[in-house]
Amino acid sequence: MLDSLENQTIYIVREAHYHFPRMAMLWSIGKDSTSLLWMVRKAFFGKIPFPILHIDTGYKFPEIYAFRDEYARKWDLDLRIVRNEQAIAAGVNPHTEKFACCTALKTEALRQAIEKFKFQALLLGIRRDEHGIRSKERYFSPRDEQFQWDYQNQPLEMWDQYKSQAEGGTHVRVHPLLHWREVDVWSYVRREQIPIVNLYFAKGGMRYRSIGCATCCSPVPSTAETLDQIVEELLTTRTSERSGRAQDKEAAYTMQKLRALGYM
Amino acid sequence: MPERETLKLVIVGHLDHGKSTLIGRLLSDTGSVAPEKLEEIRQVSLERGREVEYAHLMDHLQEERRDEMTIDTAQAFFRTPRRDYVIIDAPGHRELMRNMITGAAQAEAAVLVVDVCEGVREQTKRHAHFLFLMGIRQVVVWINKMDKVNHDRARFAAVAEAARQYLKAVGLAPASCIPGSALLGENVERRSDAMNWYDGPILLEALDALQTISRSLQGPLRFPVQDVYALNGRKLLVGRVESGRLRSGQELLFLPSGLKSRATAVEVFGQERSEAVSGECIGLALDSALLPSRGEVGCAGTLPSPTTRFRASVFWMAGDACRKGEPLLVRLATQGIPGRVESIERRMDSASLETLEAPADRLEETELGEVVIALDRPLVAELPSCVPELGRFILTRGSETAGGGLVQEVNI
Repeated sequence: MLDSLENQTIYIVREAHYHFPRMAMLWSIGKDSTSLLWMVRKAFFGKIPFPILHIDTGYKFPEIYAFRDEYARKWDLDLRIVRNEQAIAAGVNPHTEKFACCTALKTEALRQAIEKFKFQALLLGIRRDEHGIRSKERYFSPRDEQFQWDYQNQPLEMWDQYKSQAEGGTHVRVHPLLHWREVDVWSYVRREQIPIVNLYFAKGGMRYRSIGCATCCSPVPSTAETLDQIVEELLTTRTSERSGRAQDKEAAYTMQKLRALGYM
Repeated sequence: MPERETLKLVIVGHLDHGKSTLIGRLLSDTGSVAPEKLEEIRQVSLERGREVEYAHLMDHLQEERRDEMTIDTAQAFFRTPRRDYVIIDAPGHRELMRNMITGAAQAEAAVLVVDVCEGVREQTKRHAHFLFLMGIRQVVVWINKMDKVNHDRARFAAVAEAARQYLKAVGLAPASCIPGSALLGENVERRSDAMNWYDGPILLEALDALQTISRSLQGPLRFPVQDVYALNGRKLLVGRVESGRLRSGQELLFLPSGLKSRATAVEVFGQERSEAVSGECIGLALDSALLPSRGEVGCAGTLPSPTTRFRASVFWMAGDACRKGEPLLVRLATQGIPGRVESIERRMDSASLETLEAPADRLEETELGEVVIALDRPLVAELPSCVPELGRFILTRGSETAGGGLVQEVNI
């Protein structure tokens, strides 16, 4: 089962690299994109031939920065840190309005990076089971010049044949983990012994199930201190993964609006 | 801990026959919904002054809830003591066939939902037909809304028979036909007293009896080259073994070029392997200086013969009709070869199966055609019954995936 999930992911990553010579991968340092990064390293036999972007809002957990710098070095990554310096200088922050903050510090930062580096495609570690809106995604999902996701008019996708062109100014979001579930990712992390930020492991009865900015993530009650205990917990829990994520909650359709604008 | 088996299931059927409601019911009755999700659905339903609408568990887009219609395919997950399920919801509207096909292409089995009041309708038929074209052979028919006909046995029998007849016409035989009500949870997870005349499996029993699909390791070796990587001065072909086994040391014939070479190493990152089997993505080193490029297919065992003309059953999914002779790209495994539909021998309605025209000079959206495709260069194509992965292809026009098809006959 994990083998077939992994093979599917590697196949997609190699397709994306073949069709889109100017590609980058987004690494949030979370468990999903770190697992994706692990498989991307496998796909290219240890030497990733494209840049790895970290979209830095300045509000990430200190553990995230430390982990990023350690493994960027160990894994010999072409790491590029992307920040919307103008917005940060202008004082955009998560304490006033979350939607505007996500849009400026993440979506807009990414837009600037795409414009600067002229990327045709981006690899992202999103999964269908994370959020209802993400369940509507394709493996290869086009974004137009305005960065918008036309979710009402998505391409036909079947038989491992994926969109292979991005017209000028547009880019394709590639989602090689789309078919993985949260429990699959953790089972894989356990099997492969993938290093992972320690925020995911319980301390004092709480752990993070999903990580991002320190300001907008809350830990959930948990006693899972090891990978075995996390997998065990996921097999029994009914709480949703992103229940600690503020941007999923503000109002019923916040995530849809964020994603339509180009949010990850 | 042994890994649990997972079955991918697509739920299809005509608009408003209750697909999303059935999924909501499956999630809720198997305890697979987060309590806060149910609460969110309760809130949204309450705001709209309605009863709790389980369909909202799958219909996440604002437009979907407002219009009470699934627009795009979505996935959800539930588990039974036997195994885990991924359910893929497919929209029932005719304009949304592309989304339905995208959903169905990922599934191993299907539930065809039929409203007992309305019976087999146009999209019931079209969906059933596309299940067949997507390669799905396991279908459970769920005859829904039995509460609305007082659980009448004769009404069920008539609709079930019509469904069986149609499925048979497209080449499918249902694993079972089950009467029930998704809204009330009758015969989904618990047997309904109101239909004690029915002694077949209830839905979860029928689903647990389906088989997961695994790739056959028995077929002839086929290794379509996906790319060639240079690693520390060494060249490695990468790709996925689509059929059979590839052993280190084995002689391979690459088609269509005819290049012969020996496999000197089969590798995954950090590991040399003695062999790789169907479904595995690998790196392959060869002993020849000349290397095949993307699109070449490494073969052993029974050999395919590359073709520049083949007969196929195709379906067209673009708004603008397919015109006889217009340039298209045929994409099959890692091959992409320019060509055209040389002739359309028959044009059919994908729901009624009626012949609309024979011969024809165009195919409209959602129509099926029996066609001859001519190519600018040779293509390695086989019958789907021999090597499924090399027997199906898509057609692209510009950057758009405009249709797909199954190979019927090569070298004509």
